[in-house]
Amino acid sequence: MPAVNETIETVQSVAESGYKWGFETDIEMEFAPKGLNEDIVRFISAKKNEPEWLLEWRLRAFAAWKTMEEPRWAAVKYPPIDYQDSYYYAAPKEKVGPKSLDEVDPELLKTYAKLGIPLREQEILAGVEGAGSVPAEGRMPVAVDAVFDSVSVATSYKERLGKEGIIFCSISEAVQTHPELVRKYLGTVVPQGDNFFAALNSAVFTDGSFVYIPKGVRCPMELSTYFRINAKSTGQFERTLIVADEGSYVSYLEGCTAPMRDENQLHAAVVELVAMDDATIKYSTVQNWYPGDAEGKGGIYNFVTKRGACRGARSKISWTQVETGSAITWKYPSCILQGEDSVGEFYSVAITNNYQQADTGTKMFHIGPRTRSTIVSKGISAGHGQNTYRGLVRIGAKATGARNFTQCDSLLIGDLCGAHTVPYIENRCVTAKVEHEATTSRIAEDQLFYCRQRGLTQEEAVGLIVNGFCREVLKELPMEFAVEAQKLLQISLEGSVG
Amino acid sequence: MTAPVATGAAGFLARYEGLKDHLPGARKPWLNALRADAAVHFAARGFPTRRIEQWKYTDLAPVAQASFAEPLTMVEGAIALPVANAAHRAVFVDGRFRSDLSTLDGLAYRVGSLAQDLNAAEPFLGALAKPGSEPLVALNTMLFEDGILIDLPEGVDGGLLELVSIAVDPGRPFAFHPRHLVRLGAGARLTVIETATGRGQCLHNPVFEIEVAEGATFTHGRMLQEEATVFHLSTIYATIAAGGTYDNFTVAAGPRLTRNEIHAALTGPKAACHMNGAQMAADGQHVDTTTALDHAAPDCASRQTYKTVLAGRSRGVFQGKIFVHQVAQKTDGYQMNQALLLSEDAEIDSKPQLEIYADDVKCSHGATVGALDADSLFYLRSRGIPESQAKAMLVEAFLHEAVETVTDETLRAALTRALDNWWSRQGKAA
Repeated sequence: MPAVNETIETVQSVAESGYKWGFETDIEMEFAPKGLNEDIVRFISAKKNEPEWLLEWRLRAFAAWKTMEEPRWAAVKYPPIDYQDSYYYAAPKEKVGPKSLDEVDPELLKTYAKLGIPLREQEILAGVEGAGSVPAEGRMPVAVDAVFDSVSVATSYKERLGKEGIIFCSISEAVQTHPELVRKYLGTVVPQGDNFFAALNSAVFTDGSFVYIPKGVRCPMELSTYFRINAKSTGQFERTLIVADEGSYVSYLEGCTAPMRDENQLHAAVVELVAMDDATIKYSTVQNWYPGDAEGKGGIYNFVTKRGACRGARSKISWTQVETGSAITWKYPSCILQGEDSVGEFYSVAITNNYQQADTGTKMFHIGPRTRSTIVSKGISAGHGQNTYRGLVRIGAKATGARNFTQCDSLLIGDLCGAHTVPYIENRCVTAKVEHEATTSRIAEDQLFYCRQRGLTQEEAVGLIVNGFCREVLKELPMEFAVEAQKLLQISLEGSVG
Repeated sequence: MTAPVATGAAGFLARYEGLKDHLPGARKPWLNALRADAAVHFAARGFPTRRIEQWKYTDLAPVAQASFAEPLTMVEGAIALPVANAAHRAVFVDGRFRSDLSTLDGLAYRVGSLAQDLNAAEPFLGALAKPGSEPLVALNTMLFEDGILIDLPEGVDGGLLELVSIAVDPGRPFAFHPRHLVRLGAGARLTVIETATGRGQCLHNPVFEIEVAEGATFTHGRMLQEEATVFHLSTIYATIAAGGTYDNFTVAAGPRLTRNEIHAALTGPKAACHMNGAQMAADGQHVDTTTALDHAAPDCASRQTYKTVLAGRSRGVFQGKIFVHQVAQKTDGYQMNQALLLSEDAEIDSKPQLEIYADDVKCSHGATVGALDADSLFYLRSRGIPESQAKAMLVEAFLHEAVETVTDETLRAALTRALDNWWSRQGKAA
């Protein structure tokens, strides 16, 4: 019941504003000049004091990007993007030291307070010794890396994690402190020239998170990153790299917001996951970038490449995503199942309301024997929203006994939206078994009637039914995220019924 | 022309240039214009390559790289006809109508050679299969010499008609591009059983234009059974008006490469379309079923069930799209494709697709891929049935399930025979 009350409250609180994360934080920013060329790439690299190999790596990516064409196969429509009309580096001007909260601009901390990020860890960062080892209120703590526009501003619980040998820091910091690890894994899952947006990201990425879980370690807390695009005319290009060594486990959460603006902003992230023998990575995303207004003006272009490699035997990578924001989403978190008996999972809820467009799905590459994958995708379209599931299941000749199950369900609310399903199934292994099913329907009148009869408003009833529709995916989310996701579903569908 | 015989698209374009004053209807300006338009499209696009999304899984390079001559002007000697399934049949040899082999007397509707009745075809030819739609349609439009013309007046029950296509091996590669027009007036009914047989290095590239008017029912059974040297690329465009039904059932088993492409549009309320089929391939063969169902009116229903069985080093493709327009409320669309792999060297690629712009719809698709079910095999073997026989029973059951939807008994028997023929040949090979 509290969750329901909370949901209703949240809905009421956003009744006017719609998007409550639409505020802009007024802090001094440092920008590189607008536009994209080799000098900007060099500037970013120099600004971050990067080693020569990384600059070379970036320049190779940039050279590749220049030869590539923007992909046009996705079922999304948008005006051409002028890549020269954006800032590729924007950082809060304050010299930020992740070890001391005093050095962080108070405006920035206010931002996170507004976002409701569990930055209770601020205390620890502020120097309250020992507080980090005792979780407050008996809850499992969440370690947070906060990325503001281009750079990481604070990482909490670092010390506690350090005791376990876990590295959790911004990727720029990792380049300085653990160059050998970064160099060993960076670009091995998503190569620089993988696709247009990944190449762009490789050339100009400014920050992101780096996680390394050593052999046999079970990460004692959820790791989390909050991304926020704040400054005007900026793109955000973060790069996340998570390596789980043999027998380790990590659960990683990612959340994103941006201010309300009339213009469109580009977000082209790359996430790479590597799981060795018996390792498990659970990666959860609640994506709530600004979706644009009710007329489809403004909003984030979310063009993201996410891919995980199950390199080791019995390794497992599980993607869970709740995509409620962004004007356009282009995102296919994938698993390369190399290790024998490795497991890939993809659980997704994507909502498009107003003029939002989402083209999202997954790719499961079954390479090793007895690899298994599960895909559960729930698409919800309302208003003029267009929602596409696009996925690939490829079973190689050596993936004996491989198994895939895919379920894609679409829900339509209103008669101006669209729901599309484009699965590709490629099998060259006789002993593999692949099953795919997809359905499209709208909310049944009798379900609505049943709820209305019991005193729920039309909107509450739709919320309840939609949450039920998404339950299989939401239950995969960690607790705190699941509650937040439920609220978001409700908010995203604001104004789509009645 | 001193240059060597051109291959692929260039070869066909050169053929068109050479033949255009001699092709049927060469003195009819409307047809000349249509063919010229098709030539422009074909010249611009050539044969589709795998970079084209709809051809991602089927490589036409063996066709594009080959050089095909025209068929012989007149085939001499006796021609073995397949066993008749119906009293009336139209026979085409190398794509040309043969009245001497056909039995069409006493039919209460217009049926016969398209080439001999071009004036009747004028309003309809190219109306559904437009020259700019698909490169293979353009190729067909540019070079077709004949085909069947069926025109059923309002309310007529045309009964059962057989359409037979035979390709005769002239000892060199050749190509033919028949164009078939089928029109059913309001409330008319017709069942066509189509058989394609043939041998030699040949390309059979038929295009169908099918118009089903209000309340009419057209049942179309197809058995593509040419030998493993033949390329069979067929394209069907069908439009179904209010309350009309188009039932297509295709067995594809035989050619080296089969592409069975069907575009059906439901244009009036309560129209229905059923597309079912079984496609089988053995060593060195490739089968491809590609369907596009366009729900353009409310209250329509569509059903698709396709089965694929692959043996040896073979490849199977299924691509099926259901498109639901915003006006097509209360659409009921269902699609199922299942593939059975019998060999380690077989590959199946499947792409079921939904594109939906109406909210009050019920659409679903399913796809399964796998080997014979181990539990079922065990069940049969535990009851004393030898393994090979148990396998045969399961494969047969898998294939026969697809035919169950066919209500016409003659057609069902013919289709079942075609399935069993293929399977018994496989059994012998194994």
